[in-house]
Amino acid sequence: MAGVSLNPELVAQSMNTTPVTLGDWVVIAPSILTILGGTLCLMTRKNMSLQPKIGIGFLALLVLANVALLARVIDRGVLTMVMGNWLPPFGIAFTVDALGAGLSLVASIVAFCTGLYASVSVDGTGRRYGFYPFLLLMMTGVSGAFLTGDIFNLYVWFEVLLISSYGLLVLGNDRAQLDGTVKYGILNLLGTNLFLVATALLYGLFGTLNMADLSQKVSAISADQAGMLSTIAALYFLAFAMKAAAFPVNFWLPASYHTPNIVVSALFAGLLTKVGVYALIRVFVLIMPAARSDLGDLIALVAIATMLTGAMGALSQGEVRRSLGYMIISGIGSMLGGIAVGSTLAISGAIFYAAHSIIVMTALYMAAGILRLMGGSYRLRDLGGLYAASPAFAAIFLILGFAVSGLPPFSGFWPKIMLLDAMLSSGRVWVATALLVSSFLTTIAIGRIWIYSFWRGGPEGTADGTAIALMPTDKALSSPALWVSLGILTALVIYIGLQPEWMLQLVSRGASGVVEPMGYLRSVFGGA
Amino acid sequence: MRTIIFRTVAPYLTALMVLFSIFVLLRGHNEPGGGFIGGLIAASALAIYGIACGVAPVRRAIVFHPMSISAFGLFLSALAGLPSLLLHQSYMTSQWISFPFFDVEVDLSTPMVFDIGVYLVVVGAIASIALALEERESD
Repeated sequence: MAGVSLNPELVAQSMNTTPVTLGDWVVIAPSILTILGGTLCLMTRKNMSLQPKIGIGFLALLVLANVALLARVIDRGVLTMVMGNWLPPFGIAFTVDALGAGLSLVASIVAFCTGLYASVSVDGTGRRYGFYPFLLLMMTGVSGAFLTGDIFNLYVWFEVLLISSYGLLVLGNDRAQLDGTVKYGILNLLGTNLFLVATALLYGLFGTLNMADLSQKVSAISADQAGMLSTIAALYFLAFAMKAAAFPVNFWLPASYHTPNIVVSALFAGLLTKVGVYALIRVFVLIMPAARSDLGDLIALVAIATMLTGAMGALSQGEVRRSLGYMIISGIGSMLGGIAVGSTLAISGAIFYAAHSIIVMTALYMAAGILRLMGGSYRLRDLGGLYAASPAFAAIFLILGFAVSGLPPFSGFWPKIMLLDAMLSSGRVWVATALLVSSFLTTIAIGRIWIYSFWRGGPEGTADGTAIALMPTDKALSSPALWVSLGILTALVIYIGLQPEWMLQLVSRGASGVVEPMGYLRSVFGGA
Repeated sequence: MRTIIFRTVAPYLTALMVLFSIFVLLRGHNEPGGGFIGGLIAASALAIYGIACGVAPVRRAIVFHPMSISAFGLFLSALAGLPSLLLHQSYMTSQWISFPFFDVEVDLSTPMVFDIGVYLVVVGAIASIALALEERESD
């Protein structure tokens, strides 16, 4: 600082003196790019044809930045950058391991596809009221949450993504949306407040917020602090379970996800709940593994209940979007099952499942949007005969459906196998049973949607054996952006299903990085 | 609210408050003040002007839409962390230059740019809400 003399000894203790190269900046690039893109979009809000160009352009840059980040993490191990050149644990650290970088990449691909899809499905009013700025700023929050190495900073990124998500959810402003947003908003406010309270208690107990530092201090905890720590752990569990829509705090999701524009539902379905699961893995596996094994039975119970309510809810709904909403919940149950077991294999399975679920749920909601354009409704009762309209789309929908219910050879199969293996080998037979039952029910639910909307001759009332001629006329259907975005995600689902090796390597690397965080600690504090 | 006394005083009061808000913004680095509180003062200045003379003159006076001002502020704050890239330091590392201006040593820094960004974010966001509320009332 100008005009103030600094004690060089103190500077050496508190400031980073090694030069930071251009390559290290890739750690922070996803957050900066989306802030810059989002603000540019907001400044040019009135220019509605420019909005998608800026938005999609910056989302493409985001994907590239995340590819570079993941490549660097695979090449060099965990990366850390501390803001303002302070040394950890004083400064706010961004610490990126294979888990964070991998999920951040998948999230950015999904965001890019939704940006593309939205160029068709979000109309002028939606753009004018800021769809693209909200989308980009939400990605700032999502990327920040995946990449940060500081638990209070994680809270801040949660707020960033939630505030943008409120905006996206209410965009369009009809009665059902306001209703959904109020439910979503109130429950998420409660959740973030619990998160904040738990973080304050954690800071009071340990005097640090850096995740690596916390991980060391928690493992060296004295007996009289242990009670306080389990309170904090329970608070964190409740807070993140709300975000992830776990049973019994899952009701906000089916109440709100079917209200906004379908592309917003697709984005939320992919990303938001998974950020909650990611936070659970970070807090319970990296920072307080002992609390995780104490809460193991509770997490397992919640996981079983979440899987089953999700699957049965999906089966009971007559509306495609609501049914898909319950499938998200069922998937969250599977990931919680992995966290309940907590072995490296189980966490790998949970991470793999999260990545798979981000892609496939977004793709399914996008497909539901196309279903609506073709058949004119989201209600199963009014749909039918779409196989004749487009056999290719019927096949895509079936592929995505198989993937979400965990049938081979698509991306849902591998994480379910890993989770099952881990659950059985750790003796959690009931969780494994619930996983199988919920997969089976999901298969029926998705089969039901497919048969009703594609296979039968026409909407309810069409006589058996006859078919009505259905020629979709909506102009939006001929726009390539819809099909390209759905195609990219479907291709990923098939590719991961057929070529799972690289993904398996990546997730097991991510999982062992949080189960045994030596690399994480070394990256933050340096040395041995 | 549109009494003749208030309408006569409001423009001067607004000008004074905006001036004061910039003073608070700039002294904020080492003394109480800063972008957030400065932004609040400036936004209340705009709100007062809006109450006295109507919202349309305020919108004309600030030229840009308040939301765009806010976005530019965030843009500026994000950019303020970038100069350290060229000096091989981490994001948001503060950079200082100082030069003599007549007899005074003037210090300029990236934290100041960041704080100006915060100021604009707060002015934009609060003014946007305040003007929208005032518009409903007077329509």
